[in-house]
Amino acid sequence: MIDIQDLKKVYIMGEEEVSALAGVSLQIARGEYVAVIGPSGSGKSTLMNILGGLDRPTAGVYGFEGDDVGQFTDDELADFRRRRIGFVFQSFQLLPRLTALQNVELPMVYAGMSPKDRRARAAELLERVGLGARMGHRPTQLSGGQQQRVAIARSLANKPDLLLADEPTGALDTHTGEEVLALFEELNAGGLTLAIVTHDPEVADMAHRRVAFRDGLIVSDERGRKA
Amino acid sequence: MKSFELVRFALGAIVAHPMRSVLTSLGVVIGVAAVVMMTSIGLGAQQRVTQAISGLGSNLIIVTPNFQRGPVAQAAGGGVSLRDGDATAIAKQVENVAAVAPLVRGQAQLASDGANWNSQIQGVTPDYLIARDLKIASGRMFDENEARQGRKVLVVGPTVARELWGDSDPIGRRVRVRSVPFEVIGVLESKGQAGFGQDQDDVVLGPLSAVRSRIAGRRSRGDAVQTIYVKATDEDSLDRVQEDVTNLLRDQHKIRQGDDDDFQTQNMASILAASQAAIGTFTVLLAAVAGVSLVVGGVGIMNIMLVAVTERTREIGLRMAVGAKRSHILIQFALESIALSLVGGLIGLTIGVLGAFAIAKLGQWPAAVPAWAGPLALGFSVIVGLVFGAYPSWRAARLDPIEALRRE
Repeated sequence: MIDIQDLKKVYIMGEEEVSALAGVSLQIARGEYVAVIGPSGSGKSTLMNILGGLDRPTAGVYGFEGDDVGQFTDDELADFRRRRIGFVFQSFQLLPRLTALQNVELPMVYAGMSPKDRRARAAELLERVGLGARMGHRPTQLSGGQQQRVAIARSLANKPDLLLADEPTGALDTHTGEEVLALFEELNAGGLTLAIVTHDPEVADMAHRRVAFRDGLIVSDERGRKA
Repeated sequence: MKSFELVRFALGAIVAHPMRSVLTSLGVVIGVAAVVMMTSIGLGAQQRVTQAISGLGSNLIIVTPNFQRGPVAQAAGGGVSLRDGDATAIAKQVENVAAVAPLVRGQAQLASDGANWNSQIQGVTPDYLIARDLKIASGRMFDENEARQGRKVLVVGPTVARELWGDSDPIGRRVRVRSVPFEVIGVLESKGQAGFGQDQDDVVLGPLSAVRSRIAGRRSRGDAVQTIYVKATDEDSLDRVQEDVTNLLRDQHKIRQGDDDDFQTQNMASILAASQAAIGTFTVLLAAVAGVSLVVGGVGIMNIMLVAVTERTREIGLRMAVGAKRSHILIQFALESIALSLVGGLIGLTIGVLGAFAIAKLGQWPAAVPAWAGPLALGFSVIVGLVFGAYPSWRAARLDPIEALRRE
């Protein structure tokens, strides 16, 4: 599904050029569960941003189902994110004014779904993440774990091909973090492709493949579950 | 995505902070209310002036002496240049004339049956009623014979009748005007206020010669008149009649080519047009000054919209992450700004209309809300929202989603 060839990303910080990705090649097949690990500044977040269509590579090819996403225009990238990608963030990124249901509906609004259809689907997704009884609550009325589950429900709204999670358990305690990871496991078992950025070895060990970054390069790529 | 969803997003943001939204649009509220009130005052004044001027009589040309001439002429003519003969000549020689009415006027104390009233007394001929579009309510007007003979009879305006005799019939009553006894033979129909507090009903009409010799002052020569009203048969011949009257009077007064007239003619239509134009300019000026506050209101909206974009940076980043295009963000914020301005416009329009009615009701100033005030006010609100929302919306749309999501 994903075929990355010699991907480079250079940031210009004042006079200095900083190479966040120094030539990365990586393939991810449909249905994989990949953890991207490495210290901060290793380039793993940059890779995630490019994978999610939030950023463009400086050089190299990002092939997604045969398209070169690196050459997309802004509008094409927006369509790509809406149709192909689901994002889960460390800080949940729920809109505080909206209820859980409305937050989950949001991507479907941009997809042009009718209010009736998207409400039904949002309700179904919230049931699936175990928040059927909390649909009318606002983010501030939910615990961290519940908020992250709303965010996961939202990421699934437009049936993405790839779910990208950036430190999804970073703001959660161990127990709720485990619940979220269990949910990921369940989604992956259902066929969803997952890529999780983390520096927590326990989280990485849940994945079926671990890609380690250092200084903008892949230093190891192990397969098989540890945990 | 469907466009009504963007409207919903924009309104949602406004409803989320009702107090802030109202305060933000306050500048537009004040601006629109001021523009509506100013144009209403202007239009009211225009209507009142039209009423007052056309109340003088339709298709009317007013001929008055011109005192702008040199001292020699002043000495020779004593400041009087119009005479009975001029009126007669106009009536005889100018075509398309419906009525010619020479007039002298003076202020006089009237006394009758123990009551006193100070009013303007006008010495006129019977044709004066035609020239000024006046009607007799009861009794009769004096006729040509009575006018020529200088009979001491009077026709009074309703105000004078009420002040001197209350509700009882004035016909046949005796009035002393500067101790000369007159008899009331008729009462005029009411013409109402002429606008700006002038009472057109506070008037007394008497035969020209009687008023001239007894009242208007013995200093004036025996055949001098102060004004000649010339009524044209219709509006189309008004300019033509004015020209003919001017030529005739120059002839009569033996004014040589190149010399100035010793009289002036004013055409009611052109007076009306000139005063309308003057008030129109005045109204535009007032509205423009009021419009400045609309611009200030727009700046207020821009200010708060910039704050909103900063506050909601993460929201913008998230919307982009879930698939919003830059144009969606741009339109959402532009609509929010327009809606804020439009809410202000609606409140301002309401206040402006109520204010105009209050001015009309409580104040002496006439005010009329023009029909186009509504569309104009709302149209301007939309433009203000669009213009001043453009920059904040553009700032929102060009945010980098990664940076935006990272913002605390």
